[in-house]
Amino acid sequence: MNTFVIIKSIVDLIAVLLLALGIKGLSKVRSAREANQLAAFAMLLAVIGVLIDFLGSSGISFVAWGWIILGSLVGGLLGMVTAKRVPMTAMPETVALFNGCGGMSSLLVAIGVALYPVTQAQETGGITSLVESVSIAASVFVGAITFTGSIIAMAKLQGWLSTPAWMQSRIRHAVNIGFAVISFIAIIQLFTGGNSGLWLLVIGAGLLGIGVTLPIGGADMPVVISLLNSYSGVAAAAAGFVVGSQLLIVAGAMVGAAGLILTQVMCKGMNRSLISVLFGGALGAGSTSSSKESTEYTNITSCSVEECALTLEAAEKVVIVPGYGLAVAQAQHTLREVTRALEASGINVTYAIHPVAGRMPGHMNVLLAEADVPYEQLKEMEIINPEFPATDVVLILGANDVVNPQAKTDSTSPLYGMPVLDVHEARTVFVVKRGMSAGYSGIKNDLFDLPNTSMVFGDAKKVLSDLLVELKELGIGGKG
Amino acid sequence: MSFLSEALWVLILGSLLGLELIGKVPPTLHTPLMSGANAISGITMLAALTLIIKAGSNFPLLLLGSISLGFALFNVIGGFLVTDRMLAMFSRKSTKK
Repeated sequence: MNTFVIIKSIVDLIAVLLLALGIKGLSKVRSAREANQLAAFAMLLAVIGVLIDFLGSSGISFVAWGWIILGSLVGGLLGMVTAKRVPMTAMPETVALFNGCGGMSSLLVAIGVALYPVTQAQETGGITSLVESVSIAASVFVGAITFTGSIIAMAKLQGWLSTPAWMQSRIRHAVNIGFAVISFIAIIQLFTGGNSGLWLLVIGAGLLGIGVTLPIGGADMPVVISLLNSYSGVAAAAAGFVVGSQLLIVAGAMVGAAGLILTQVMCKGMNRSLISVLFGGALGAGSTSSSKESTEYTNITSCSVEECALTLEAAEKVVIVPGYGLAVAQAQHTLREVTRALEASGINVTYAIHPVAGRMPGHMNVLLAEADVPYEQLKEMEIINPEFPATDVVLILGANDVVNPQAKTDSTSPLYGMPVLDVHEARTVFVVKRGMSAGYSGIKNDLFDLPNTSMVFGDAKKVLSDLLVELKELGIGGKG
Repeated sequence: MSFLSEALWVLILGSLLGLELIGKVPPTLHTPLMSGANAISGITMLAALTLIIKAGSNFPLLLLGSISLGFALFNVIGGFLVTDRMLAMFSRKSTKK
């Protein structure tokens, strides 16, 4: 054991410790930002550790340095630009994209090791070839699923892709089982030697990732991203076995396990089991017959911005329910101006945050934080729900499924059992929406038919800025 | 076999640590936590590094390693920066309080 190895071990240990502290800190509001920086620093340490290790043993050739710098520059710069440019509203897609790339990286490492046995782990400590095959297979399998699954998730969130009809039917189970069988055969081939199995596995697992993610829709997408995030940790751990790095195994296992817990927490928030999320397919798929007759709205009340302003003026307690529509319209700053005006006239304003509002848990919190909404005004579902009967006006901005009373009243509804915000208990409900189209889940919202609900049609940002003008004319906000 | 048994222990303990670390997470932090953990999963960049260094003069392997490193760093750097951007909004709020 030479000095370099000792240094490397110490650096590795510190890196693991800091990573663990980082994940721990990220789960508390106060320490989250420092924790994130700590984790980033730990990653840097880990890289230094690897470099020291090789400088001490075999050395690093100029050629290798060149390729390292090239890869780092391209990847790093692209990552930096993406991270700086992407709007806050597109966070879920961005995380999915980054996640897919992590999976791709593990996949490529495993392919490299499988094709060119230069890096065989025998050098690093007597791994048997079977273990190596298993870890390569695991890394390729999980890596490919993570990559294609994340890209599909991103495309669906961006609206580039919708679920094809045949994917809604039961055939998809057969198709996916087919892909799984292909992957299984490929793994067997890989064990018995032969690179044909490798490519077959890449294709099979890649298609499986697509096939499993594509039918999942609606409110379930956040859960899928979280699960894929967990997978990318598993892929990293598998890659750790491939190249014989314990640091990789620890970090990968930590992310994998933490991601699983996070997924579980999210599922609980939606009252869905992980199984039903993964295999249930898109919400609304199964009950076409029963929902068909009830897709027509019978009792829609539409109202103007002016009426809405008048009602708001007379209110004492207003609850804002933000949803994905708010994010799409980029209306969070305009919303903040409206609520400032209301607050200035002594109206009590709070925000009801459904755990899965938007396309990602905490999406709304991030969005509203950007618009300077005080943290204390954001109320979680369990806290705000009992307050709705005492609420004068509920203003729903681009939220749909999370306020659908069907989830409580109609046991045939695909949404049944999902916890929702009880907005219908409030005196008046305004729904700001672009049109009568159904929510992301494609299910009719009974709320819109209720007598105390009025629809204000229009883009959230447009409606809110009109509302601001109207409120000022009424003398609300002090400047009118 | 010593590496294997060690590695398996590491795997088990690492998983338990991960399960233990995330106890109660406020919904506010779900997105940042997911994105931060996601950045950490880019740790495969170490494997990519190892691959490049050990590749010698094997061109396809160098290329493969380099692309892999690029993907991993995209994940790591992008992930941490995006997380920081999100968290910066929260911390600004808490200093005002």
